[in-house]
Amino acid sequence: MPEQFFWGVEVVLNGLMAGVLYALVALGFVLIFKASGIFNYSQGVLALFAALTLVGIMDGQVPFAHLINAIFGTDIHHFGWHLPALAAILLTALVMVALAWAVQRFIFRHLVGQEPIILFMATIGLAYFLEGVGDIMWGADIKNLDVGLPQGINATIDELTYQWFGYGFFIDNLDISATLIAAALVTVLILFAQYTKQGRAMRAVADDHQAALSVGVSLNFIWIMVWSLAGIVALVAGIMWGTKMGVQFSLSLIALKALPVLMLGGFTSIPGAIVGGLIIGVGEKLFEFLIGPMVGGATENWFAYVLALVFLVFRPQGLFGEKIIERV
Amino acid sequence: MLYREAGDFKTSYVADGQTFPIRFDRWRYYAVLAVAFGIVPFVVNDYWANAVLLPFLIYAIAAIGLNILTGYCGQVSLGTGGFMAVGAYACYKLMTAFPDVSILIHIVLAGGVTAAVGVLFGLPSLRIKGFYLAVATLAAQFFLVWLFNKVPWFYNYSASGQITAPERTVLGVAVTGPEAPAWAAYLVCLVFVTLVALVGRNLTRGKQGRQWMAIRDMDIAAEIIGVNPLAAKLSAFAVSSFFIGIAGALFFGVYLGAVEVGEAFGIQKSFLILFMVIIGGLGSIFGSFAGAAFLVLLPVFLKNVLVGALGWPSDLAAHFELVIVGGLIIVFLVAEPHGLAQLWRLAKEKLRLWPFPY
Repeated sequence: MPEQFFWGVEVVLNGLMAGVLYALVALGFVLIFKASGIFNYSQGVLALFAALTLVGIMDGQVPFAHLINAIFGTDIHHFGWHLPALAAILLTALVMVALAWAVQRFIFRHLVGQEPIILFMATIGLAYFLEGVGDIMWGADIKNLDVGLPQGINATIDELTYQWFGYGFFIDNLDISATLIAAALVTVLILFAQYTKQGRAMRAVADDHQAALSVGVSLNFIWIMVWSLAGIVALVAGIMWGTKMGVQFSLSLIALKALPVLMLGGFTSIPGAIVGGLIIGVGEKLFEFLIGPMVGGATENWFAYVLALVFLVFRPQGLFGEKIIERV
Repeated sequence: MLYREAGDFKTSYVADGQTFPIRFDRWRYYAVLAVAFGIVPFVVNDYWANAVLLPFLIYAIAAIGLNILTGYCGQVSLGTGGFMAVGAYACYKLMTAFPDVSILIHIVLAGGVTAAVGVLFGLPSLRIKGFYLAVATLAAQFFLVWLFNKVPWFYNYSASGQITAPERTVLGVAVTGPEAPAWAAYLVCLVFVTLVALVGRNLTRGKQGRQWMAIRDMDIAAEIIGVNPLAAKLSAFAVSSFFIGIAGALFFGVYLGAVEVGEAFGIQKSFLILFMVIIGGLGSIFGSFAGAAFLVLLPVFLKNVLVGALGWPSDLAAHFELVIVGGLIIVFLVAEPHGLAQLWRLAKEKLRLWPFPY
């Protein structure tokens, strides 16, 4: 039986790590939703786009090579250089900021004051658009992303736990670094929101658009900033997931995984996104481990949603969401 | 000159309350029906039926269903694909369990089964609102697709995990299965579309529709003036799922013939139908048709232009299609957030005055 128990513990630990990755995606959602009330479905595609761009820049791919070749009959692929990971990450972050500006300038500036569902639809349109652009720019083949993060089983933990319990825990180095990076990112975000001028302005906008506008906060600037932040969070998530499973279309589907996390944690709470991510991560791994074999497996596809659904029936605003006060 | 109310006097309440009170509108409607029933079946060929007409008609049914829930009752749903799958699998189980009963009855019954499932997943809507509900309906989507994949009873233990429609006839003509002629499949879908549109239009004009719209506009206020939110929301879920179930049954039985659940009824389908509803116009039956037509024709058109005319490689064209569809949706929302139906409404306002500017 202790063997079984250790397996369970290992499943929980790995679930926690997976939860951190979900939380990273959910974080991007929360940032945008809080500040602009936009439910940003394209967050997952943003992560995919960021990862594609990162790989493209690192390998020196020519953007739109496929398209150019098809139109002009040329045969170009690469510039023939390799950038170091850090420089490529910075360049990609710049691209994400530019994208944030474009999104704000060309889409959401025209949609101010529309109903939430219209904004939501616009982000779905954006998701399709970005997916297509990403594929045309960088090609649709599966790419390997390696920015120098350690990968594979962590030997130290394996040995230590073997000495202590007689059972070596399998924990991926990548998950550990993801957890550390996510923790650092969240700390920076919270400090930014609490102590900087822009961060306070962001919270003011989240609180009340009109009041913020009336004391001289530029909504336009804040929204561009928030989309940039979401883009950078997406970049981090894209690096993590991309290293884990390769840069490919299914990367954008992690957005769907982040939705139940959001429901559980509440759409407007940053801590909620983290806690929700952890609960979902552990919950679905445990469920798959304990119940999965009885019902034919692959329960991870839906368990998170059903958990969130059941949970919401009892607490409609999520764990940390703002209490919904309804008036006529 | 064409679109006139002046001189069109109503002498009875029935005449005053009819669906198309303006004469020109009414005649246009009869003309469309006459063409659809009287001319198209004789000229339709396989390519047109399969590439354009059948998907258009079936998506129109699904879009009307979703429009009732989202456009009229204000409950955003992303579970449409899952509910279509319920309709398809219910129809399949009924077809194989009772081979002697008419397929038309099976399709309606499949709608009924879907309505029951829809009500079940609609129950949380009483507590959950807005985007929380939208995400909650994703639970239905993923759970149902998983269920149909994992429980062999639903696909009669077939080795491939697919469901394949056996041949069934209506009045001696095959309408399902590989031998069914295009015109028969088209006519079956057309009959259902007509009935669904008729029922949908009249439901939304009457007491029920007004209750839904009251809930949509402000649910607490609606409750205070005496609308029962439980009944209104659940009836919207039931009617919507009923239509979507019929669409799913037709999609499987009449259109595709063989279906793999994750591929045919995945999350993409839910989004596609939501797109149709929003591009067509929330809260409009005509909008459902317009949106379905737009999103069925657009890929066909793009494929013909990009691959056929420009000779691009098909994978590049597929990516370009994504860009164009996404871009168009955004442009559309920026230019006309209320959809094609609103454009039509504006056109009608102009037509009333034409040829005078005021």
